[in-house]
Amino acid sequence: MSELQRLREAFRTALDLPAEAPVDDLRYQDNEKWDSLAHMSLVAAIEDEFSVMIDTDDVINMSSFDEAVRILGKYGVNVNE
Amino acid sequence: MSVFTLSQAAKEEVLLKELSTLVEHHRERCEPYGRILAASGYQPATSVAGLPWLPVRLFKNLDLKSIPDDEVYKVLTSSGTTGAEVSKIYLDKASAAEQTRKLGATVQSVLGPKRLPMILVDTKAMLKDRKSFSARGAGVLGMSNFGRNHVWALDNEGQVDVEALRGFLEQYGDEPFLIFGFTYLVWLHLYEVAREHGLDLGNGILIHSGGWKKLVDQAVSPEEFRKRLATVGLTKVHNYYGMIEQIGTIFLEGESGGSLYCPDFADVVIRDPETWAEQPVGKPGLIEVISTLPTSYPGHVLLTEDLGVVHGVDDGDWPGKRFSVLGRLPRAEARGCSDTYREAA
Repeated sequence: MSELQRLREAFRTALDLPAEAPVDDLRYQDNEKWDSLAHMSLVAAIEDEFSVMIDTDDVINMSSFDEAVRILGKYGVNVNE
Repeated sequence: MSVFTLSQAAKEEVLLKELSTLVEHHRERCEPYGRILAASGYQPATSVAGLPWLPVRLFKNLDLKSIPDDEVYKVLTSSGTTGAEVSKIYLDKASAAEQTRKLGATVQSVLGPKRLPMILVDTKAMLKDRKSFSARGAGVLGMSNFGRNHVWALDNEGQVDVEALRGFLEQYGDEPFLIFGFTYLVWLHLYEVAREHGLDLGNGILIHSGGWKKLVDQAVSPEEFRKRLATVGLTKVHNYYGMIEQIGTIFLEGESGGSLYCPDFADVVIRDPETWAEQPVGKPGLIEVISTLPTSYPGHVLLTEDLGVVHGVDDGDWPGKRFSVLGRLPRAEARGCSDTYREAA
C-alpha cells in the first residue's frame, strides 16, 4: 500500500468512515465525524501507522488532510510520492 | 519556548496599545458594547487599568459578538454554578484557531514541545454525548492534545481504575508523564488512591484546575494540597485559572507554587469591590482579567466575580504580576456590577 493509501486508511478508521469514503478534502470540524475526540484517535492512528511521534504544535495544527500530509513530511514520511 | 517573558512595564506598554485597538475594534462591530461604552462616558485609556471592563455576567444576559452571524463558527456555552444562566461565547474560525494556539503555547511553557504519556483523571463516559460536552469534557479534551497514550483514571461508573493506572505506570512511569484533571477529582481519585496503593507518581507533571471550593469544604488548602501530593512523589504541580468567557487564556501556577502568572498576552487587575479602584499589592479585591485573544466577542477586559490578590510584581518564577484566587464574591455584594450594566444597556 502506498503512503497516501495508508494515510487515507488511517483517516477512515479513526473517523469511522466507510471503506471508500473520499478523505483528501477533509477539514477538521467541517466533517461531523472529525471532532476533538476523534482528533485524538486520528493522531494516535497516524502515529501507529507511520511509527512517528508528533509534537504538540503539529497536533494542534493538523486541521485538514492536506495539513496531515505536510506535517508527516516534517517527520520524514513523504505521502505524495 | 515560553509565553511568560515580559516584565510588567514592558507588558503594559504592549497590552495598552493592543487592547486600545481591540476596544475600537469591538466598538465598531458590537453595537451593545458600543452603547455601554458611550453610556459610561468612555475616553481612550492611558493605562491598562484604565481600559473599560465589562462584568463577566453580561455574557449570560446579552448576546455579545463582534462578527456577522454567517461567520459564527462555534458557540461556547457555560452554565455557572447557579445553573440556569448560561454564558454564550461566539467564535469565528480565526479566533477559535488562535485560542487553541495560545493555550498550546502557554501549556508548552511548562511541558515543552513533546507530547507526554498522559493520565486523564476523569471518565470517558462524560464524553458519551458527542454533540454536547460539558465544560468539564471540553476542558479534558482541550488538554488531551498535550498528551499521548492516554489512560483514563476512572472507569465508566466513575470508579478508580487502579489496574489501568498500574499498567500505565509500569509502561511509562520511568519517564516524564502528564496528569490532568479537575482539582477535587485529583484529590479524591488520584492522591487518595496513589497513597493507598503505593503508586509512584514521581515523574508526573500535574496540571489541574476547577476551583477549590469542594476541597476547602474538606479543609484542604492549596498549600496542603501541594504538600500532600508531594508525599506520593508529585512535586511538579501547576494549578491554573481561566474561564470560558476568555477561552484560550489561562493563568498558570509557577513551579514554586502559591502564585498564578499571566502569559504575555494577558494580565490581571485587582479592584476594590466598592470603588472599583485598582488595589495595591497585597490587598484583596475582584479579579479583572485582560487578554488580547477575544476578537470575535468583546471579552477582552472582564471583571469576574472572583476575589483575588496580587502577591508581587516581577519577583517570582516568571516576570509580571503573580496572584492567587481567593474564592467567589458572595452574590449579594456583586450588585454594583449589574447596576452599572443596567444603566448602560
